[in-house]
Amino acid sequence: MISALPLAPRSHWIGGLDPRLRILSALLFALVTVSLTKLSTALVAFVLAAALAASLGTGLRVLLRRFLALEGFMLILLVTLPFTVSGEPLVTLGPLAASGSGVALAVEILLKANSIALVLLTLVGSLEPVVLGHALARLGVPEKLVHLLLMTVGQVHLLREEFVRLRQAMRARAFVPRSNRHTWNSYGWLLGMLLVRSAERSRRMMAAMRCRCFRGHFHLLDSIQWRRADTTWALGLGLPLAALAILDRLS
Amino acid sequence: MAHIPDGVLSAPLLITGGLVSAGLLLVSLRQLDYDRLPQAAMLSATFFVAALISVPIGPSSVHLLLNGLMGLLLGWTAVPALFVALVLQAIFFGFGGILVLGVNTLNLALPALLCALLLRPLLRRLAPGRGFWLGAAAGGLGVLATGALVALSLGLSGEAFRPAAQVLLVTYLPLALVESFVTGTAVAFLHRVAPDLLLHTEASSG
Repeated sequence: MISALPLAPRSHWIGGLDPRLRILSALLFALVTVSLTKLSTALVAFVLAAALAASLGTGLRVLLRRFLALEGFMLILLVTLPFTVSGEPLVTLGPLAASGSGVALAVEILLKANSIALVLLTLVGSLEPVVLGHALARLGVPEKLVHLLLMTVGQVHLLREEFVRLRQAMRARAFVPRSNRHTWNSYGWLLGMLLVRSAERSRRMMAAMRCRCFRGHFHLLDSIQWRRADTTWALGLGLPLAALAILDRLS
Repeated sequence: MAHIPDGVLSAPLLITGGLVSAGLLLVSLRQLDYDRLPQAAMLSATFFVAALISVPIGPSSVHLLLNGLMGLLLGWTAVPALFVALVLQAIFFGFGGILVLGVNTLNLALPALLCALLLRPLLRRLAPGRGFWLGAAAGGLGVLATGALVALSLGLSGEAFRPAAQVLLVTYLPLALVESFVTGTAVAFLHRVAPDLLLHTEASSG
């Protein structure tokens, strides 16, 4: 899955930014967006996020996929909220009345969740995993956790290949998933086999690393430096966000 | 299903969740030595990949959570492993969010720790042929406890979310059934094929 991600090309303007700044910007954007209290300002935040994503070219596709793949969680929330928030009834369905304020709240949550996800995907998701790990370490995340993250990212795609191989073998034997015990058992064996293979792989990996003098520690070799473009970006994002937060409190 | 997006929960809940999960992470990282990192990373990656399996159930389909099995196999290490998987899902797929990361971690990690506490001691003296029941218990317990915690986080965030929390809780029941069958079979399989995998993880990080 990781390999199928929409990575920003290196030459793109965003590639020149300090990775720490990108992480912090996404955090700041999330903080401001979550704190918004009005539908109108949430809409502005969403437009801001969409513009940022669109400027990278991958925005619309990712956005569509996210909206289409609305998770069960959001779906339940969006369907129930109009009926549970009290207010002027908008539509009446028998004993139930959908209130305008409920619909507004549902839309507000949908906008906030999607704009934060978009910014996160655009600014942080497009970082190369190694760069992301180093930036996190430089931001003070415990080194062990960073190592775990980097190693996991490295293995995900190998294991995914393993998974696809096993799944293909099942399909070759005419396995079609249905809601029955046979399917659940088969998936259980698939999961078990995946765990066995991954344990073997981790043993081999540890041995290979020992051969290369691994002493339980990676050195972080990088030279992240703050540049003028970073200052420009920080101002370019910080000022609109501050304005948004103030606008939300004012009216 | 267990990924609460940003913009839903209230601020006090987000802050509490963030602080508590940071504490849990620090405790569990202290117990994890560098030598065991590759194994933890591998299992974290396995669970990340296995969560992509979509299991049909009636007209719909569900994704496995696998936090019960992680607790059973990994013990305390399940906390950073789950956290890493959640971070990757948030920044690469847009599932969940960034500020709710703490709450989401807790919702998955606390049931995993519960499974580790209750069921891991049974691993060592597991009679042949009984692996299924232990795995099924871990799977069911993990999903049900996660469902309860997700519903609780919603319910605590506002009066208007209560009905949604109740509906959500009901949707976790079929998932618990499916997951307990799958994890039960997986543990029975491991017990037969690679018992050292169960015992090895047990002996070294408990």
